[in-house]
Amino acid sequence: MLVFIGLGLHGEGISLRGLREAREADAIYAELYTSMLPKLRLNELEQTIGKPIKVVDRETVEQRPDEILRAAKASKVAFLVPGDPMVATTHVDLRLRATRAGIETKIVHAASIASAAAGLTGLQSYKFGRSATVPFPDNPSRVPYETLVENRERGLHTLLLLDIRAEEGRAMLASEAIEIMLELEKKLQKNVFTPDTLAVVVARAGSDDSIVKADKVGELQKLDFGSPPHVLIVPGKLHFVEAEALRAFAGAPEDVIK
Amino acid sequence: MRRYKHLGDVTKIMWTPELIRNIGIVAHVDHGKTTLTDSLVAASGIISFELAGEQLFTDFLEIEQQRGITVQTAAVSLAHIFEGKEHLINLLDTPGHVDFSGDVTRALRAIDGVIVVMDAVEGVMPQTETVLHQALRERARPVLFINKVDRLISELKLTPEGMQARFIKLITKFNQLIRRYAPPDLADKWQVSVEVGSVAFGSAKDKWALSVPQMKAKNISFKDIITAYQTGNQAELAKRSPLFEVVLDMVIRHLPNPKVAQASRIPIIWKGDMESGLGKDMLSCNQEGKVCMVVTDIIVDEQAGVISTGRVFSGTLEKGKAVRLVSAGQDARIQQVGVYMGPDRVMVDRVPAGNIAAIIGMKGAYVGETFVESGVESRGFEEMRYISEPVVTVAVEPKNFQELPRLINQLKKISREDPNIHIKINEETGEYLVSGMGEVHLEIVEYKLKESGLEVKTSEPIVVYREALLGRAEHVEGKSPNKHNRFLIAVEPIDPEVIKAIEEGKVAQKQERKERANVLRELGWETHAARNVVSIIGTNILVDASKGVQYMREVEDYAIDAFEQVVEEGPLMREPMRGLKVLIDDASLHEDSVHRGPAQIIPAVRRPIQAGILLANPTVLEPRLKLEVRVPQEFMGGATKVIQGRRGRIVTMESEEDIAIIKASLPVANSFGLAAEMRSETEGRAIWGTEFEKFERLPKELQEQVIRDARKRKGLKPEPPKPEDFMEK
Repeated sequence: MLVFIGLGLHGEGISLRGLREAREADAIYAELYTSMLPKLRLNELEQTIGKPIKVVDRETVEQRPDEILRAAKASKVAFLVPGDPMVATTHVDLRLRATRAGIETKIVHAASIASAAAGLTGLQSYKFGRSATVPFPDNPSRVPYETLVENRERGLHTLLLLDIRAEEGRAMLASEAIEIMLELEKKLQKNVFTPDTLAVVVARAGSDDSIVKADKVGELQKLDFGSPPHVLIVPGKLHFVEAEALRAFAGAPEDVIK
Repeated sequence: MRRYKHLGDVTKIMWTPELIRNIGIVAHVDHGKTTLTDSLVAASGIISFELAGEQLFTDFLEIEQQRGITVQTAAVSLAHIFEGKEHLINLLDTPGHVDFSGDVTRALRAIDGVIVVMDAVEGVMPQTETVLHQALRERARPVLFINKVDRLISELKLTPEGMQARFIKLITKFNQLIRRYAPPDLADKWQVSVEVGSVAFGSAKDKWALSVPQMKAKNISFKDIITAYQTGNQAELAKRSPLFEVVLDMVIRHLPNPKVAQASRIPIIWKGDMESGLGKDMLSCNQEGKVCMVVTDIIVDEQAGVISTGRVFSGTLEKGKAVRLVSAGQDARIQQVGVYMGPDRVMVDRVPAGNIAAIIGMKGAYVGETFVESGVESRGFEEMRYISEPVVTVAVEPKNFQELPRLINQLKKISREDPNIHIKINEETGEYLVSGMGEVHLEIVEYKLKESGLEVKTSEPIVVYREALLGRAEHVEGKSPNKHNRFLIAVEPIDPEVIKAIEEGKVAQKQERKERANVLRELGWETHAARNVVSIIGTNILVDASKGVQYMREVEDYAIDAFEQVVEEGPLMREPMRGLKVLIDDASLHEDSVHRGPAQIIPAVRRPIQAGILLANPTVLEPRLKLEVRVPQEFMGGATKVIQGRRGRIVTMESEEDIAIIKASLPVANSFGLAAEMRSETEGRAIWGTEFEKFERLPKELQEQVIRDARKRKGLKPEPPKPEDFMEK
């Protein structure tokens, strides 16, 4: 049996059920390359669970998952994943392989940035359109910009995730993402991301020192949001409750939100 | 002090295109090109008359003198009085040894005519044909100088009638070659003839020459020539009919001046718009126009830095002028301008269109680059075309390990000066691999390294094989490691005609899409594939045959990287591929770009190409040489024994008087040390020339061993991989 267990958005984000499943497992693996978990201390988690955790890298999970699958065939294996196991990043392939090999699988969900972004900003979750990741400039893509164009046309909010390369110790900051998006605006000129556009930065969602700030892009660019992870949200058409929430929870200036 | 006077002469005539000729001298090795060059230079007052012939003026490098062959291209400007008017002849010396034919082609781009030197005894040799072919292809007009006429008298003891008959034979053969290789519109016009004096004969060593019109004018007969030699009076001949006068008169009379030449050559060698301002400037060789210069040679000088030599086709070079390096896409300012005189560059203020010039300190320049005046939109000259490909490699390492950084620097410098030298690091073994066009070519590199004070160890020469495929493979699937991106790939061999078109530059990466598609369609490609060529590397082509795949554009560069990796190192033995066509038939890509970065896409494209090649009946090609041997009949047995003992195939065997002419084909792998064996088997009486012939399938019984040896040398396990090794489980 292979159990995918979400670690949520914080060192203490694992659910009670997740904890129980992990304690019952014969072997525990964890991947930490798809996101950054603030305040995660591996040794504390090991103590809480009472078992050692083996951290595996991307190559092992994607190209040589044989060891994990062999163990799951013979016994119960827990696979710890930041956030909600199948959201934002995807471990569908590993689950498919397990199913193909006749291994039973189970998912223990936890909070994801997708729900936290809505929660923290007060923007309504059913008004979000497609999300996209802003990639580092060495792997350029128009997709985040094009996604934004599409969502804005339909009045929907856009969640922009920011690239992370755990293996290189790099995570994109909101200011870098803004710069990349402004460059795309210059190139594609659809007038959806200018220094005057309203946007929200969410830093370290799920932890006590999280920051949520709404303002014009030009203003946000000047601010320091501290250590990653960050995400960027570009709201679509605002419901009056959403507007009030942005003022109340995200410090949006009066003149920006009419 | 004559030099300064000479410089004054040069700088004056530079401004009158009608008084300028830009020419080169080409020949088979040892037919006397360098001796002729020196005699001409001597007459121009730079080195003394008597010394020419021994000083081998253009052989600057010591090694060239030791070998008696010329290695590097250098330029000389000569002044010559013709019909009472002083003329300027810019002479680009081109290397004679076949290992350097890249240099020859490059030099030809800058000149409008060539003197082909032919040994009166040896006649047309393989390389005579190659260099003439190259010259005609670049629309450089030929005249013929039959050299070493003294050998006809002292060795063959020919009568006046015999000499005449010999000349007619040589000229007929030469004209046949012109008919074969010249552009059709010029095949007739460019025939050489004794009557009009576009053929001269003589002895460069003894410094005399004659042509039929001159014989009439000076009242000298064939009998007189023979008598002069029999009585030891050849110096008299040199006085009555000096070499430089006859040859340079021939050049000025029969080879075109830059104005005439550019009007007809530019539309062929430059692909830009003839109606544009720059097009018109070049067609008319306009000194007042915008600058356009093509670089044909780069030398990196310790003191002066990068020296770019080339032909100014329009405008005037001048210090401080801003130019654009078209291929590099850089802007630069001209720091210094010079012209050539023997080994020296002499600084001048300005060099106008129609001349050969040197620009000093242009850092971003490479051979083949086009400089265009800043602010002018222009295409560069088409990519230089080379007939020859590197076929031999040596591994180089410093004797003292601490000198490694210096070795790397020197190798970089050498490869910049000579684009036919390729440098590569073997990641597995850490060796520096230097590839070139033949054994001698690499010995020159070794010599240059030693000359710079480096002590190096070099391996035995290693043949560079090619990997190819005989069959095709379709629907080979490749997935990215995260399994979210999938490609369907087909591989197949490229037709020989298309390979030929690539090698001749008719199909190229830097070509307009439409134009390339038209050529490929004419060669039998279907329209969709012909239009969607995304990369051409060597003789290999990558086609994006997919239709309407979302985000394909964003991953195209990674697909090209993957293609390049396989093309440079094929799956069998990590040797370059030849004639590989890869079609991306379909793909499905993850919507978010972070899930389709290079680490995901490159293996997803590379692995199915590798698997496809292994499924498509892969094979190994070996380079072969064309070999022509002339040997007295009695030593013919020895020569054929050498050839046959080296897996050679004798193609034809003819005889001319008591000389046997053997034409053969010889694998490069079996050509190392040929000289020593040939000398000993023929008591040194054989004369031969080699040049690259073609790549050919390696006999099946040798393949396995060659693959194992190459793999072992590269630190790989001896068995080649199987298709499954590159396929998804």
